Parts: sequence; C-alpha cells; structure tokens
Amino acid sequence: MASTKGTAKVTLPADNQILITREFDAPARLVWKAYTTPELIKRWWSGERGTVVSAEVDLRVGGRWRYVMEADGGFEVAFHGEYREIQEPVRLVNTEAYEGVPDPDGNAALVTTTFTEKDGRTYMEMLSELRDKAGRDAVIDSGMEGGMQEGMDALELVAISLD
Amino acid sequence: MARAATTTDAFNAVAEPRRRQILDLLAAGERPVNDIVELLGLAQPQVSKHLRVLREVDLVHVRDEGRQRMYRINAAPLKSIHDWLRKYEQAWNARFDLMDDVLDELREDELKEAEAHDGEH
Repeated sequence: MASTKGTAKVTLPADNQILITREFDAPARLVWKAYTTPELIKRWWSGERGTVVSAEVDLRVGGRWRYVMEADGGFEVAFHGEYREIQEPVRLVNTEAYEGVPDPDGNAALVTTTFTEKDGRTYMEMLSELRDKAGRDAVIDSGMEGGMQEGMDALELVAISLD
Repeated sequence: MARAATTTDAFNAVAEPRRRQILDLLAAGERPVNDIVELLGLAQPQVSKHLRVLREVDLVHVRDEGRQRMYRINAAPLKSIHDWLRKYEQAWNARFDLMDDVLDELREDELKEAEAHDGEH
C-alpha cells in the first residue's frame, strides 16, 4: 500500500476559502471515528506543536465542539464551533471559531469535510469558508479591499496559532 | 490586527481576483496593456489600476516598446505566498501523519476482533 504520509495539499480556491485535501490508507468509517472521537482527536489534532488538553465533541446537529491545545510554548490555543450537518461517515459540516481573535463566532469559518472511500482508502476534502458573502461584502463596501484582506488576516492568525 | 495597505505585499495584491487573472494571462508571456484590456473585458483605467498595484509589489515588470507598454510577470514575490502555504500545509501534515498512526491502530483492532470472532465458530 502506498504511504500517505505528508501528502496533504493546501490550496486557496477563492478569496475566502482554503481547501485541504488528503488521502488516508483506511476506510471511511475509521477515518470518521478518528476524526470525531475525543480520545482519538487528542492523539492527532495538535500535530507536533503541543498537546491536546481538552476535546469536547457533542456530535449532533446544533451540538458544539471545543478543542484546546497547549502549545509547546506553554500558551493555550482553543477552537470551538457548532455542528451543522452530520452524515456519517461521508460528510461533516461545522463552524470553526479561533478563540484568539476578537469576536470569534462572528469571524468563524464554515468547514465542510467530505470523506470519499475507494478501494479501502479514503480521500478527504476539507473546505473552510472564512466569511459569509454578506459579511464580506459589507466590509468591502465600507473599505474597498478590506474584505479580501480579512480572509488573509484570519488565515495568518490561524497559521500563527499553529506555530 | 492592523491592516496592511493594498500595495504592501504580494498577499494583498493577489487577494483581488482580477489581479490574479492578469497574472494568469502574463504567465503565458509578455503582453501589451491593450491585450489585457481586451482579454479581461474590462475598462482600460481599471486594468491600469490593477497593473499599478501589481507593479508596486514587483509582481509585474514593464517596458516601453514604441508606443506600447509591455508587461511581464515577475513571480519572485509570489514565493512569500507559497512559503506561507507550505507552512500551513506542514502543520496539517503533522496532524494527519499522527492520524495515520491512530488509523493503523483502529484497523489492527478491527482485524483482531474479526479473528477472535472467527475463532468462536
């Protein structure tokens, strides 16, 4: 079996979107399990940048989630959100707010994750939409380029938080 | 967080979709302004404004050829965007590589369970 290590791809399909794709050498039901089970999330979500100290998952539509990681520098990084669509094990839609920015929920991203299984392997697409169009347009109207930069700033913050 | 002016770096410059289109056009080779205007179906002043932004962050270079202004791409400033994406990508790769370990274990557990089940029969 071909190794999938280090094969995540990140692209920016639109001004307010980030798309992350990755293949896993496992069937979708297991990917879903690793992706949504608190004890398992604790083992991977912080990557190599810290330790997940809390992973709360209330997996139902309208249910909330919150992950807290203690970064290697000793500071806490927390994200939370709400589940909007749950279609086990192929599709999950949720909001994602980074608690380190002002008005985390107002700036929350909408994340759509799909898992497509083929020959026992799972192809994942994770699309983050950083602001809704109405919100973005309001900013653009008031400050021309502002809305475009908003997305980039949010991305930057996310990237910094992962450091 | 303070917002940078549009023209300070490549990130801001390419946040505008039209400017990305212009870069895509120039990626195929040097072109006069009129060409870009025609291909994008925009008014000349708009195109000139976008080109000025791209020039200020050094994403395009310009030279005069007779009465025409010829633009060509200079991709070097795009490296900062590429580097940023790389960093983001690496962070996600670190996560997913760990997830691979979790998945390996889950799969082994399933196999063991299936074997134990077979043993019962």
